[in-house]
Amino acid sequence: MNTEFGSKKIFEFFFDKPIHLPILGDQPSFYITETVINTWIIMILLVVVSIILTRNMKLVPEGKQNVAEILVGLLTNLTGSSMGKDKLGFAPYMGTLMIFLVCSNLWGLTGMRPPTADLNTTFALSILTFFMIHGFAIKRKGVFGWIKGTFFEPVAVMAPLNLISEIATPVSLAFRLFGNIVGGMIIMALIYNALGSILGSVLPIPIFMLAIPVPLHGYFDIFAGVLQAFIFTMLTMVFVSMAMDD
Amino acid sequence: MEITGKALILACSAIGAGTAMIAGIGPGIGQGFAAGKGAEAVGKQPEAQGDIIKTMLLGAAVAETTGIYGLVVALILLFANPLVNML
Repeated sequence: MNTEFGSKKIFEFFFDKPIHLPILGDQPSFYITETVINTWIIMILLVVVSIILTRNMKLVPEGKQNVAEILVGLLTNLTGSSMGKDKLGFAPYMGTLMIFLVCSNLWGLTGMRPPTADLNTTFALSILTFFMIHGFAIKRKGVFGWIKGTFFEPVAVMAPLNLISEIATPVSLAFRLFGNIVGGMIIMALIYNALGSILGSVLPIPIFMLAIPVPLHGYFDIFAGVLQAFIFTMLTMVFVSMAMDD
Repeated sequence: MEITGKALILACSAIGAGTAMIAGIGPGIGQGFAAGKGAEAVGKQPEAQGDIIKTMLLGAAVAETTGIYGLVVALILLFANPLVNML
């Protein structure tokens, strides 16, 4: 890796730079980012794996069908226990969200840019959560019940504050995921470059090149990534079920 | 030695980024408190360890949010500074 580490290079980490694909001649027609490419790779991977796991299903599961059943059962139980038994219909969405987020957060281990290290991805998912909260609240309680339950609780004077807190919900969801992943990515990039320049010249002990980044990858990519995927899904479930219940 | 406006803004942004990370104190206290209470709860009810760990991690990650906001502000000040273009 390049040992020179100016702010330009981190800038590229912070903002995913669009790549121009000249499909229509020289016209600046079609821009694509690394995030889009990696999201498509993850989507294809998930679709292929789920098709392989659910092919030739039998009544008595064996082999790969066990894996699929354990996964689906786990996510269904999680949804049922945190949203209530009457909202088990949310299990497919929540499970998909969790699997997609875990895969995208672990994508940093491959050395490529995780899709969740882009505000566009996290904001898209949190805006989906926002519309789910209010859409299902309106569906369950009616428009007047929704207005009363969302804005005029506990007293009508609180309406402006409640409005701000409703807008803050998706923003905080998106920034939590984005900040965690991009922070880990930048710290890992800084550490790799520091190791490259220090261990290359001042202190040439090769074992450190493995012993230092591996535990940090374990923390920033695996632990923080899985935890944040769990948190995002869990908060989505809690917000949606809270808006529907009270 | 003369100080240009851009240099002044860059220097102040670096100081601001460092100051924004003082927000890291809050999550530290909050997560420590959550972990302490979690340990207490496991001591009282060892059979409920799974639920306690799940709740504790959820609370700790929500407590981390303010620190992450500080980190995002610091990163924006360092790498995507909106103030430099205002000169």
